[in-house]
Amino acid sequence: MSAAERMRRQQNRTAWLFLLPLIIALVGVAIWPLARSIFFSFTDAFLDAPANYGFVGIDNFITVAEDPVFWRAVKNTLFFTVISVGLETLLGLAIALLLHRAFVGRGVVRAAILVPWAMPMVVSTRIWEWMLNDQFGLVNKLFVTLGLVEKGIAWTAEPSLILYTVIFIDVWVTTPFMVLLILAGLQLIPEEIYEAAEVSGVPHWKRFWSITLPLAMPAIGVAMLFRTLDALRMFDLSYVLAANNENTMTMSIYARDQLISFQDLGLGSAASTWVFMIIGLIAILIVGVLRLDRTTG
Amino acid sequence: MAMTTTASAKRYSNSTYRTIRRARTFGLYVGVAAVLVYMLFPYYWAIVSSTRSGQALYQFSLAPSLDFSNYWQLFHNPVFMGALINSGLVAFASTMISLVIGILAAYALGRLHFSPGRIILIAVLMISIFPQVVVLSGMFEVIGWLGLYNRPSALIVSYLILTLPFTTWILTSFIRDLPTELEEAALIDGCSRLRVLTHVLLPLMGPAIASTGLLSFILAWNEFLFALTFILTDENRTVPVAIGLLTGSSRYEYPFGQIMAASVTVTLPLLVLVLIFQRKIVAGLTSGAVKG
Repeated sequence: MSAAERMRRQQNRTAWLFLLPLIIALVGVAIWPLARSIFFSFTDAFLDAPANYGFVGIDNFITVAEDPVFWRAVKNTLFFTVISVGLETLLGLAIALLLHRAFVGRGVVRAAILVPWAMPMVVSTRIWEWMLNDQFGLVNKLFVTLGLVEKGIAWTAEPSLILYTVIFIDVWVTTPFMVLLILAGLQLIPEEIYEAAEVSGVPHWKRFWSITLPLAMPAIGVAMLFRTLDALRMFDLSYVLAANNENTMTMSIYARDQLISFQDLGLGSAASTWVFMIIGLIAILIVGVLRLDRTTG
Repeated sequence: MAMTTTASAKRYSNSTYRTIRRARTFGLYVGVAAVLVYMLFPYYWAIVSSTRSGQALYQFSLAPSLDFSNYWQLFHNPVFMGALINSGLVAFASTMISLVIGILAAYALGRLHFSPGRIILIAVLMISIFPQVVVLSGMFEVIGWLGLYNRPSALIVSYLILTLPFTTWILTSFIRDLPTELEEAALIDGCSRLRVLTHVLLPLMGPAIASTGLLSFILAWNEFLFALTFILTDENRTVPVAIGLLTGSSRYEYPFGQIMAASVTVTLPLLVLVLIFQRKIVAGLTSGAVKG
């Protein structure tokens, strides 16, 4: 055995040793629980006696797929994801462009916009719930004072409004994250390109379309991917605002309901496996689209 | 500002140019002010509301009153104080465990030439996008086996699924950016890898560890789904769940003053930390994401 070979082997052994705690921990809290969830989805186990089960094949998957409430939850989640990630991206881009310019106190402003992001989602939900309260909320008081409406709107109770309220709160909470990632992307664009464009008299809007946007696109794409995957598993905002209201129920709330509220371990696991497959499929699609973009562009 | 147009300077007279520039600067500050109001006003309103009780809570005035009875009640509420302690302990412990495991892993992934490393890194990234609900049934069982059900330590264990992928990923990208010369010198002198990590790299990683740790602490402090599911009794709850479950006897008797006081209390320590470490947090959030 050559000395180089021996060194390589030794390095490999060291690497495995350093990685061992990570592997053990992740198998324990992620891979094994995932495998067990999938396993339980083929059984009729209940949560109070999980050891007592029989195999039922794909019955649970069919039961979930035949439940209109599940599809309602899927529809809510997809609608929520598309609209809120879309709005967050536009708003995030606008704010990032604004904060990218030089002005007095820029550092302080950039720090200040982290506030909504650092709060627990539950807290943000509660604050907006209070501000949007139909009788005593600030927003309705403002609207009534301005004469826009005659009496307060029940933003968090009206079935046709509540999902939009959820989207509105989510946009407020997560826009800072978008702003930060897009700002970081903007900062990587070399100043010289703008100087050259300026000298050749390229107008402002065209500089935005043909320089800023394409060059910031990778950062925007990554930010959108993160946010999309996050929005698809949303739980706390809808749960705190409306618990099991079918108008805002997300896929995660549906799955947890089956598992915890109805104690149905088999059915709940099948529901969460559905959620996993749906999110996995969307993730693969998005990554595929991003790749495609990169190779053709 | 450096990019205000030289081209337009040629087209306009000096005074027109100055007016345009002034209008632009004015517009910029108006925009910034609007962003600040949008982002900060709700929290300000929570502070204002938290200092009011009874009828005063329903008044439309922007100035805070000096009625601290909501806070007084809150701090004399053993359930809320217990929840604060639980949240702090759980978030601190899972952050510490994640940092230790994450630093070890990041060294192997970022420094040792190790071929399965890439696969492990991708697996770690995939775990971080798991919908939490999909591990819920399996995690339930693991926690049962460990005998931790309805104990705050159940959360320390389960939060590793959130904090570990995150710390490993960010610390790996940080270690890759560090210069290798110092370590090579130490290795030639016969230092072991572990010693190189603890004596050469660790001192250089202080800022990265602080910001990664803080982000992971926030992640654990704010978690809701596991805390709601694995804890059954009020005295073992964390604060997000305590606030989430706080309700009045009817829909119209919401104790909003108290909820706002609790919200301000829970968020304040985070905000102070975030404002102190903001530069590093931004670096931590964006590293890997944008560079990769």
